Amino acid sequence: MAPTDSLSYLDYNATTPVLPEVADAVTEELSRFGNPSSVHSAGRRARAAVEDAREAVGGLVNAAAQHIIFTSGGTEANALALRGLAAAARCSAVLASAVEHPSVLAHVAEADRIAVDADGLIDLKALERELEQRSGPVLIALMLANNETGVLQPVAEAVELARKYGALIHCDAVQAVGKMPMDMRALAVDSLSLSAHKFGGLKGAGALVLRGGVEITADMLGGGQERRRRAGTENVPGIVGFGAAARAAARLLDDAARVRQLRDDMEAAIAAGVPRAKIFGKAVARLGNTSCIALPGVSSETQIMRLDLAGVAVSAGSACSSGKIAPSHVLLAMGVEPAEAKSAIRVSLGWETMPADISKFLAIWRPLASDAAA
Amino acid sequence: MANSLNSMGLAKTPAATRVVVAMSGGVDSSVAAALLKSQGYDVVGLTMQLYDHGAATAKSKTCCAGQDIYDARRVSDMIGIPHYVVDYETTFKADVMDRFADGYIHGETPVPCVLCNQTVKFRDLLKAAKELGADALATGHYVQRVAEGNSVALHQAADPDRDQSYFLFATTRAQLDFVRFPLGGMNKRETRELGIKFGLHVAAKPDSQDICFVPNGDYAAVIRKLRPEAARGGEIVHIDGRVLGRHEGVINFTVGQRKGLGVGGEAEPLYVVRIEPDTARIVAGPKAALLRQSFALYGLNWLGDGEGPSPDGTPVRVKLRNTQAPIAATVFGEGGGAARVVLAEAEAAVTPGQACVFYDARVDSGRVLGGGWIVRGDAAQPIAHNQRREAQLAAGR
Repeated sequence: MAPTDSLSYLDYNATTPVLPEVADAVTEELSRFGNPSSVHSAGRRARAAVEDAREAVGGLVNAAAQHIIFTSGGTEANALALRGLAAAARCSAVLASAVEHPSVLAHVAEADRIAVDADGLIDLKALERELEQRSGPVLIALMLANNETGVLQPVAEAVELARKYGALIHCDAVQAVGKMPMDMRALAVDSLSLSAHKFGGLKGAGALVLRGGVEITADMLGGGQERRRRAGTENVPGIVGFGAAARAAARLLDDAARVRQLRDDMEAAIAAGVPRAKIFGKAVARLGNTSCIALPGVSSETQIMRLDLAGVAVSAGSACSSGKIAPSHVLLAMGVEPAEAKSAIRVSLGWETMPADISKFLAIWRPLASDAAA
Repeated sequence: MANSLNSMGLAKTPAATRVVVAMSGGVDSSVAAALLKSQGYDVVGLTMQLYDHGAATAKSKTCCAGQDIYDARRVSDMIGIPHYVVDYETTFKADVMDRFADGYIHGETPVPCVLCNQTVKFRDLLKAAKELGADALATGHYVQRVAEGNSVALHQAADPDRDQSYFLFATTRAQLDFVRFPLGGMNKRETRELGIKFGLHVAAKPDSQDICFVPNGDYAAVIRKLRPEAARGGEIVHIDGRVLGRHEGVINFTVGQRKGLGVGGEAEPLYVVRIEPDTARIVAGPKAALLRQSFALYGLNWLGDGEGPSPDGTPVRVKLRNTQAPIAATVFGEGGGAARVVLAEAEAAVTPGQACVFYDARVDSGRVLGGGWIVRGDAAQPIAHNQRREAQLAAGR
């Protein structure tokens, strides 16, 4: 029997099922084909579809539509922010927490990574010390929610520091969007990156949301799309799906308390049944759907393979394109021993997760602990 | 039901038998996986990540994985089996690459493929297979596992040109119980035909050459990288005591080697007769000086009848390198993993660090009786680094 016949999918932080509203909207869009840059009626219709989506995304994060730049996803949104904001403001460096997503860290020098504590929270004092020492404008990158642990960063405090020292601040909200309410004006960051497929949209659509008045230098050059901030013909079906997901997100947010309860029940069962298992970030504010669990003595790859062969999908660390699993840079930055980090998995839940999925996960995972102890 | 065994020799239906296949991405292990899948087994493919491909080839832009992992994954997709990559970089470096380098530094010519089969493949991968609930671990090796009553024997492949038994002499009886070699009865042409029949894109992929972690065959460069202190030059000395010249490190030499000595003007061609790592001396001499009839082994693995070779001598045939046809010899068990081999006729290629693999004395048998590692010098006792190596293996690191 193929595992997919009865897959318990517990990897929502990797990607999510496509919402039915999204599938409907995208299917309808696929029956049309205009280019939004065309002057004729087909083009105008496609343009209208893109702009409807832009307004929906703006509504989701409380931002004005004209400040939203559609991209190919979270990675491109982060790249556009870190290169484009830094270039426009002539920033001398990008400072970022050590637990940022690789698509952010790729733009940050080793020496410009700010340490985190054992719970994964950025060391604000260390950030301030760095800001004091830097001359000229600096760009700070701080994620809203960590993709591996779900830990929420003190973005408001970092924004205060940014204002105090005249720095810009970019916030990677890819993992948070659709899982918690989000308000661009209240966050007061200079830019925010989003991705559609983390909350029911399609892969290949994302956005960078700018604060009013923030200047950005385009990275992708060519046509005048996205108000000359991102050239290239728009991914119209993906953007339409993004808009549909944004309109449906209220339903996901209403479901978040149920998901959090499921997650908490699962963690309680783990704490009671497998005392040596360790759950990261439990003491601080976290996304309600994410659980990062170490099972010392059992490698993450063994756990993932055993679960997959039994029809449960979870993940670990960041898989290289080879499929090899490296220890999580997030856990290492939190001071977790490499051996323990290599025994960690990420379980992430979502709107289709049912108690039976958690029971199935526990039924397969718990015996791994006793195998190792034996 | 006890008599109705499936093709893995297990009293279960194929569908109820989980077989992990060690998939390298080459044609052999791909065909092995496809064959078992076609027979209805619950097949799971595992590919070992052994070393950083980018670092090994000094191309920083290449992925940590080579083309082979992609090929293994595509074959798995195509035949419809789950496939995973397991990371053995750390253990491969310690158990295979470092010991390869140390062997050369100690004047030996190691066989890393045996070390890999012995440790990473049949210790770590076998353990991973068991953790996945497998009933057997299959590989694409050309060698035959023959079940005889309650015991299993290792035999050469049906196709002598493909036989890989030399590289598998260290397989223990316990490992042999669990492993399977579905290609052992085939020749390469049959394997490639099966690859085409199963529609595998790797059907025409060339065989891998040489040592996987040594790009372009420059093993000395790999050793210098692993052990920068290894490049100590020294003298080239004739067996009659004359100094003939200098060399740039013992790691560049193998006993029996003729080319690359860089000394001329001698009446007869000169060969490397001996490597003396302690003084970094290469001792050269005429071909006759290479001849040896008796030598010691350590790290013995015995797969014949009884507990080991007789102290009074067990007649066998031996291979001293993979490409050689087996020659007549007698092996004397000395206990403690040691043995002495006396050849029927002296040989000019008794190279320390290479494996001496035993075969049944009867020419038509093909049974593999085990083997051991050729000790440098005539010392009956293994030298210190060999003992350390054996202790590490015994401790099952």
